[in-house]
Amino acid sequence: MDMYNTAVRPSLVEGNKSYRQVTSDIAGPAERTPARWWYIAMTVATLALLFGLWAMYVTVVEGLGTWGLNNSVGWGWDIINFVWWIGIGHAGTAFTIFLIVFRAKWTASISRAAEAMTVFAVMNAGLFPALHLGRIWLIFYIFPYPNTRGPLWVNFNSPLFWDVFAILTYLLLSVTLWYFGMVPDLATLRDRATSKIRKNIYGFFSMGWVGSVGNWVRYEALAKILGGLAAPLVVSVHTIVAIDFAVSVIPGWHTTILPPYFFVGAIFSGFAMVLTIMILIRKTFALTDFITKSHLDSICRVLLFGSMVLGLAYVTELFVAWYSGSEYEFFTFFKSRATGNYSAAFWIMIVCNAIIPQLLWSKKIRGSLGAMLVISIIINVGMWFERFVILISSLAQDYLPSSWVGYSPTIVDIGIYAGTFGIFACGMLMFIRFIPMIAISEVKGLTNQEKVNREDDNK
Amino acid sequence: MKKKYWKSLEELNGRQQQDYVGDHLYVNKNEMSGLIEEKSLNTSSSRRDFLKLCGFSIATSALIAGCERPVQKAIPYLFKPEEITPGKANYYASTFFDGDDYGSILVKVRDGRPIKIEGNDLCPLSDGSASARIQASVLELYDSARFRHPMEDGSQVSWEYADKRVIDGLRSAAESGGKTVLLTGTVISPSTKSIINKFLQKQPGFQWVQYDPLSFSAVLEANRICFNSRVVPSYRFDNAQLIVGFSADFLGTWLMPATFAGQYAGGRRVPAEDPQMSRHIQFESSMSITGAAADERIQVKPSQVKGVLRYLYDRLRGSMPVSIPGFDATLDRIAAELDENRGRSLLVCGINDIDIQVLVNGINYLLGNYGPVIDFMSRIGLRSGDDAAMERLIAEMKNGEVSALLIHNVNPVFDHPDGEGFGQGMERVGVKISLAPSKDETSALCDFVCPDNHYLESWGDAIPVTWQYSLQQPAIRPLGDTRQMQDSMLKWLGEEVDYYTYLRNYWQVSVFGLPEAGKEFDDRWNDCLQKGVFITSIPEGPQPSFNETHLAEIPSGSTVPAGEGFFEMEITQSIAAGSGRHANNPWLQELPDPVSKLSWDNFLAVSPADAESLSLATGDIVRIDGDIRIAVLVQPGQAPGTVSAAMGYGRTIAGKVAEGVGVNVMPLAGFAGGCTDYRVNISTPERTGEKHKMALSQTHHSMEGRAIVRETTLGEYRGNRSAGNEMRQKILDHMYTLYEEVKFDGLHWAMAIDLNACTGCSACVIACQAENNIPVIGKEEVYRRRIMHWMRIDRYYSGESDNPTVHFMPVMCQHCDNAPCENVCPVSATNHSDEGINQMAYVRCIGTKYCINNCPYKVRRFNWFGYARSDKYNSYMNDETGRMVLNPDVTVRERGIVEKCSFCIQRIQEAKIEAKNEGRVLSDEELLPACAQTCPSKAIIFGNIADKNSRIYKAFQDKRNYHLLEELHTLPSVGYLTRIRNKQS
Repeated sequence: MDMYNTAVRPSLVEGNKSYRQVTSDIAGPAERTPARWWYIAMTVATLALLFGLWAMYVTVVEGLGTWGLNNSVGWGWDIINFVWWIGIGHAGTAFTIFLIVFRAKWTASISRAAEAMTVFAVMNAGLFPALHLGRIWLIFYIFPYPNTRGPLWVNFNSPLFWDVFAILTYLLLSVTLWYFGMVPDLATLRDRATSKIRKNIYGFFSMGWVGSVGNWVRYEALAKILGGLAAPLVVSVHTIVAIDFAVSVIPGWHTTILPPYFFVGAIFSGFAMVLTIMILIRKTFALTDFITKSHLDSICRVLLFGSMVLGLAYVTELFVAWYSGSEYEFFTFFKSRATGNYSAAFWIMIVCNAIIPQLLWSKKIRGSLGAMLVISIIINVGMWFERFVILISSLAQDYLPSSWVGYSPTIVDIGIYAGTFGIFACGMLMFIRFIPMIAISEVKGLTNQEKVNREDDNK
Repeated sequence: MKKKYWKSLEELNGRQQQDYVGDHLYVNKNEMSGLIEEKSLNTSSSRRDFLKLCGFSIATSALIAGCERPVQKAIPYLFKPEEITPGKANYYASTFFDGDDYGSILVKVRDGRPIKIEGNDLCPLSDGSASARIQASVLELYDSARFRHPMEDGSQVSWEYADKRVIDGLRSAAESGGKTVLLTGTVISPSTKSIINKFLQKQPGFQWVQYDPLSFSAVLEANRICFNSRVVPSYRFDNAQLIVGFSADFLGTWLMPATFAGQYAGGRRVPAEDPQMSRHIQFESSMSITGAAADERIQVKPSQVKGVLRYLYDRLRGSMPVSIPGFDATLDRIAAELDENRGRSLLVCGINDIDIQVLVNGINYLLGNYGPVIDFMSRIGLRSGDDAAMERLIAEMKNGEVSALLIHNVNPVFDHPDGEGFGQGMERVGVKISLAPSKDETSALCDFVCPDNHYLESWGDAIPVTWQYSLQQPAIRPLGDTRQMQDSMLKWLGEEVDYYTYLRNYWQVSVFGLPEAGKEFDDRWNDCLQKGVFITSIPEGPQPSFNETHLAEIPSGSTVPAGEGFFEMEITQSIAAGSGRHANNPWLQELPDPVSKLSWDNFLAVSPADAESLSLATGDIVRIDGDIRIAVLVQPGQAPGTVSAAMGYGRTIAGKVAEGVGVNVMPLAGFAGGCTDYRVNISTPERTGEKHKMALSQTHHSMEGRAIVRETTLGEYRGNRSAGNEMRQKILDHMYTLYEEVKFDGLHWAMAIDLNACTGCSACVIACQAENNIPVIGKEEVYRRRIMHWMRIDRYYSGESDNPTVHFMPVMCQHCDNAPCENVCPVSATNHSDEGINQMAYVRCIGTKYCINNCPYKVRRFNWFGYARSDKYNSYMNDETGRMVLNPDVTVRERGIVEKCSFCIQRIQEAKIEAKNEGRVLSDEELLPACAQTCPSKAIIFGNIADKNSRIYKAFQDKRNYHLLEELHTLPSVGYLTRIRNKQS
């Protein structure tokens, strides 16, 4: 059966692997003592995490004054990083939906790691809205439940309130999706475990999976249901984040283009991050047979598409700013962003997001790991600056010039950002250490099974 | 058999009680017994009870572990004083006079604590208003830098001991044959003067010197020369059709700014029926709020003023003036304008130079302004200090001729140009006694400090102008072991009476002219005490005749000093700091200068042209004349070739707030022609390469072509009542909404600000701060653009950077009826009242700051740190005494929440409750927010717009009215009235 090996698309799993080989290739890294680089990376990540913890401690104990915010710029690095992380967090779920709903089988070998990335990115993203509260100890005010304070209800009109639910739902769903997708593989690890402790732990988490037909039927059903639920959420979460800005009256925020633009931007940055991580993983764990150049090529095509949509969005914004006849909009886009105080950030955004990714038209570049790695990182730098431009230039120079300010982050702002990298890196390192980073069962379905397994059995 | 005790029928009947709470969860009885009532343990407790207890214990342990609450004492009255009702304020009429400024005031006292100052509306000089400094003075009552007890060489002594030593000291001074000098600021209290006269009679060699750091010596001396009357006449800015100011910041700092601002605004108000207004031309080198208000501002170097005046004088007199290059055409035009306004024009000059003041007198005399506009019959009592006498005193002290020195209410070591010399002189004085109320540079050099009370703890009286007596009464008992100056003086005189008795006797005899203290006196005294002022008839009579002799000797032509490489520097006063006597007041230190928008510093104002040629930028520290290192601020409007800096900064001994703030530039000032000269030539500022953090609260100065402050000229306004405001109609025509319009019946509060009346004086900012417990955050935080003021004065420049037009705009919460902040708050902490007020529920706020971002006016403020409590900020709220000034009607906001203008909701509520109790309809005339109440130029109109007869309704109907950013459809409740300038052509 060769249905996935067409002339257009080369084989999704290379190397003519048998099931056994697939299992041992993928489960291997989770069963071996990690290499030295893993310990070094973990140390660095932990240090970043500690830096972040210190910064968070300072924030909570001393107050938001330790951040670079002021009377005009009420949201700074906190919300920039929030939007950035949540954008990155879009890729995993998107991959899974491609896999489950659109049956794009090529995403099978990527979706697990992408989902893990999503979970950690969304966790990071969720941190910022909590930390940016002036009185974090009253965070429960934001949940609508019958309470003894009146009862006081939340303001259902506020996009921030929608945000809370959008993010929490998304986090819940992406964790669920990730975890349930892992169950068969955890069972595999349980079965391969040599020590009792491992057996018990993996046994606990694999929830008594035996691989029976009944198990599989339910597994498939659940996957479809969760996939179906996740599909609209991928769109909704960043749309609602965009609505935070779009419903405001601030020039540069108050535009209807923001929701689709944010959504595409999120997929774009998420796929770029996936590309970065996949290139690193396939190299370090010798998984080149599973994460093939063809996979990377596919991701690059998506990035190319995203880049063009974003470029169009940027141009549309500029056009509408001029066409609307609003002097405030015009100022924000042309005098503040394109040519003014924030022009550096603006042009970094344009170059990184709309221009450099155009290199991916070249097949040669789509085949060069180094080039792809650099471009994927450049895209996420560009996406960070996109959020910076939107947040800061709009707030720092809005309607009344008397309130125009500058903005610069403090060491605490930087610390929290570094801390989220720490959380992300720690999480990913633990993930590759303990969990099969590719969905074994899904990948097995893609191998040239009949022929190879027969040969394997014959050996 | 043991007696059986039973707790329930079930137990009695033998059914086993279960030690269970709920079905499954076993609870250790011993652990919980403290928390659970016996009853609940033994009856059938449900899981709900268990959860309640769990919740309670978790909450308790969290509370105990995490929230250690500071203990605060609130002790109720055992015997309630008659006039005190807890929760209700009492107002006492009193007098503010600090040596520089006078104000008749009402002191708001809550539960025995003075918490706010308001202008006394029964006093024609104050007319209900109070300047920023007067507003802020209440905070100094609670200043921790105040002396708490008498001291000898810095250590505490008793009053008995101090009195004995002082009396001995004075006696030995008299015996030694040396002089005893009493050095005071200007004294306008007649009873105090009589006490001083007694001293004069009793103490041999006694000499009384009055010293004003903000000297008017030249005016006094010029009036002596010209009119043989060494007084300050009263000025009537409201009677002047044409006002020409020469470096006189009469709206900000010159003589009686709050009074003058009121008069000035009267003449500047343009009635729509018959558009008329006065015209104002200002000559100045440094940019003041008066120059900003002027219809025409002409830059002039201090050295050119004399020539300019001489030119005008000659022109008006018909003789041939000596040309002043670059000025002739302008001056001819102004002379013609003056000529047209004979008898209704006014020239004032703030330069302390006798020749110049004589010329000013000459011109005013030529124009016939004496009588209708300048009145010698009603004299102003302020500023009677004599610079020459002070100069002589320093010389005498240095020569060792002074044996005893009593110093009251002045700080010459700090603010005299020769402060160092004064300090050296003090070393040779036998006994030095300071009566300073709080620590300063001069009292630090004294042997004895016999601290005076704060004025809110003292009795007193004043004659600010010939026709007005003013009484001062204590609003609180002295907080420390201090004694008011007059009591000390009486004690040292050996008089048995206390000052209160003395004051009453004095008023009985000298003010009321009553032979005995009976019922009539008591009635009149109580009446005056209640009203605060006693107004006699305004004297009428001929103005003194003019003596031209001196004037004729003044040379014509420009006196610009020759040579290069120097700058003409003018030492100015800032609105907040004045002479520096209130430097330890954090409200004033944090008040941004209305023009430069800088707080917590003084600066060297350099013109943009000079800054470019010297490659200086705002924040560069320069060295001027040797040792003085000061930060530069590039000030548009500063005349090229000149620089200026405000005095009153750089205090070294003053308390934790003032010390180290700014640079003292007074040592640069000189002494010329018998007067302190605030103009000096300094060497070219030399860059040090160092940078200074400038705590600016506004850094962008252009309106970017946006219709924020709308202006027109009188000529255009005559032709079109909506001149300058044409776009409003356009906006209204395009305004439509899908939503139903919200209706407010009964009350709908609104505010209109007449930009034509607003001078930018910032009294409203301090009034708001005092009323609403607004924290002070200190220089570093202001630098980080986090100033907490709910009301700010936006300042924009337009036109050329060398001599721009300056626009002021007070901005506070606009109380939008379609407020962008309200619908974005996730927890509904900000919402709209049915009276049209945008409210903040502090308890609900969790600090998302979304409202701050979404406010197009950026009037919302965030408590970035616990400003109110932490010692890190220069806040007054973090010490026990300072907290006494807090308004109990307004919550002190904690860390992490948003705050903003509430239209002084507490005042509205108070008036509403009062009206309700009295069973009547509330009239909007009964109440004013703090800003509107104190505004010297009555620029703020507040009221109920739902009432078609209200002033505010009429203001909103005015064609000049517009709303800020109205095109956003925020529907603000604050309106602005277009500014009109009386421009020629």
